[in-house]
Amino acid sequence: MVAAASTSSKPTRGVDAAFIVKKAVISALVALVLFSLMIGVRTEAGSDGQLTYWTRFGDLAAMVATVFVGSIVIELLRHWWGPVETVRVVPPSATKALSFAGRALVPVLLIFTFLVPVIFYNERYILDLGILVLTYVMLGWGLNIVVGLAGLLDLGYVAFYAVGAYSYALLATTFGWSFWMCLPLAGILAAFFGILLGFPVLRLRGDYLAIVTLAFGEIIRLVLLNWQSLTGGPNGVSGIPRPTMFGIPLTPGDDGLAALLGIEFSPTHRIVFLFYLIFGLALITNWATIRLRRLPIGRAWEALREDEVACRALGINTTTTKLTAFAIGAMFGGFAGACFVTRQGFISPESFTFHESALVLAIVVLGGMGSQLGVALAALALIGGFELFRGLEQFRMLVFGMAMVLLMIWRPRGLIGHRAPTVFLERNQAISSDLVKEGAG
Amino acid sequence: MTDIILSVENLTMRFGGIVAVNDLSFTAERGKISALIGPNGAGKTTVFNCITGFYKPTSGTIRLRHTEQEWQLERLNDFRIAKVAKVARTFQNIRLFPGMTALENLMVAQHNALMRASGYTFLGLFGVPSYRAAEKAAIDLARDWLDRIGLLARADDAAGNLPYGDQRRLEIARAMCTLPALLCLDEPAAGLNARESGELNELLLRIRADYGTSILLIEHDMSVVMEVSDHITVLDYGVKIAEGTPRQIRDDPKVIAAYLGADEDEAIAVMEGET
Repeated sequence: MVAAASTSSKPTRGVDAAFIVKKAVISALVALVLFSLMIGVRTEAGSDGQLTYWTRFGDLAAMVATVFVGSIVIELLRHWWGPVETVRVVPPSATKALSFAGRALVPVLLIFTFLVPVIFYNERYILDLGILVLTYVMLGWGLNIVVGLAGLLDLGYVAFYAVGAYSYALLATTFGWSFWMCLPLAGILAAFFGILLGFPVLRLRGDYLAIVTLAFGEIIRLVLLNWQSLTGGPNGVSGIPRPTMFGIPLTPGDDGLAALLGIEFSPTHRIVFLFYLIFGLALITNWATIRLRRLPIGRAWEALREDEVACRALGINTTTTKLTAFAIGAMFGGFAGACFVTRQGFISPESFTFHESALVLAIVVLGGMGSQLGVALAALALIGGFELFRGLEQFRMLVFGMAMVLLMIWRPRGLIGHRAPTVFLERNQAISSDLVKEGAG
Repeated sequence: MTDIILSVENLTMRFGGIVAVNDLSFTAERGKISALIGPNGAGKTTVFNCITGFYKPTSGTIRLRHTEQEWQLERLNDFRIAKVAKVARTFQNIRLFPGMTALENLMVAQHNALMRASGYTFLGLFGVPSYRAAEKAAIDLARDWLDRIGLLARADDAAGNLPYGDQRRLEIARAMCTLPALLCLDEPAAGLNARESGELNELLLRIRADYGTSILLIEHDMSVVMEVSDHITVLDYGVKIAEGTPRQIRDDPKVIAAYLGADEDEAIAVMEGET
């Protein structure tokens, strides 16, 4: 769409000045009403607790003028760009280049990710950021099963992340079990909680489902916060053992990996190991999801998203289908939680607020629901972008909101909105996002 | 003695104060095409929803007999009616999976068989040969059906992109891919033109001939009903007013009165004359 060349026959129309001015005036009036209290009057508590206020009409006027001018500019740009419905003819060379880029993207990304610790060995910041991005990629892929494939809107996904993280932390600190023993247990416990959430929400759809899952996320967080004797409450759990490389600790001691290999110890070894660990787990998640999609269970998830009534008429048990989606999505969330803990070495309920759920959901929606590559790209853009704009301080949320609004205008179904069929006879052609349902529940 | 696959006995369905179906009894013969007709609002789709488990009837029994077993459908959960009792249905307003390809739609229909073959996902995840074979067989069955309904060339197109008539036939093929004993079709000819109705007739007759599947049909299109049905039951205001062969129904004055909306005196005269 972006690369499309506008060689279409665009009807040349005159600029409708009256219309543009009218629209700009309306926008300015709306801005005036909105901003008159938000910007025009500033209120603050005075020294004795009384209300003090002062007016800022200059700022208000500047805002309204910006909206007025901006509206005119947008209209002019739209006029210059031409009507949106016009079919833009893409030259075959561009199509070919695009499809090649599309096919090359996945291997390039994989190789690049694999080489990140080599290229940025001395830049601890980038390695940490890479681990964070990979954790969110994993979370995104887990939620993608529930939201993208099965079409069940889950606003409490952070609950499973928390369950996985706390299971790992508590098992490792209480029993002293190794990472490789605790990791599967964390996944299984999270899956169990997924089923636990699944049962009460089986009959709920749409908004109602979203509200209950949102509440579930909060319940888990509040339990973690208040169950002092088990979770340590707001103090969290600390002193969580670091993972070992199949029994070989990554420490400066004599039995450490560095000593065994006869190289000089560096704390970066552990970071690099963690990076590859999470990368490997993410790849397993991806492999499992791709396989599951092509199995009857995966097709049933997608069919559930498309039409639940038709599923039941075909003899598909929608109860178990929903529960497996919740359980498997939660399991991947649990794995991601365990990875998060092993990187941090410390956790507290503060890490598992609704903000995380919203961020992961944003990654899934932005990436294109159901698309593995889209989710990975969105995680990179969101988490990486978040760091990129760190210099803008409080304005970075504003930049972020703008970017998301723009993206949703241009690509309402996410970066990769089309759907790849799970099985084909002759042509493996993508299905346009217009046809793919978003799921009612 | 006739071989009955489905017998509906004293079926009543009430929605609050409204009696949609009142004490209805009828039967469908094995290997035959039975039709349920009646004017708009006669309760035909309600009967269908009771048989396929989407509604729980207020009272009455629905018995299904095949493979030397008997099920009471009103006691089964909706999805088990399709899975265990082998009753498949289509919908008045087409309910395909629009974002999935025609082939995928037919694969979803074989969910239960493939689920068993994939060892409830565990074996399938690692691609064991027995699952691969089962999947290939499923694709072959789907291909066979796509060929029958003339959609083989469009197998990889999204179902939502197919023309209306093709979607109707694809929905019937999808129902047939569950290997049903009884196929329930809710107005399969609705919105089809004359040529497409003709093709539908042919398809239904071929299903009966090749698979021996019993078919229960709701239809407004008399050209379909009269041509393919072996037996017709006529409903009006939730009550059975007539049943018999197409020829008998065509000449039944009560049916004509119900369809043409005879005025009251005439209708009473017709009723009294008959009873």
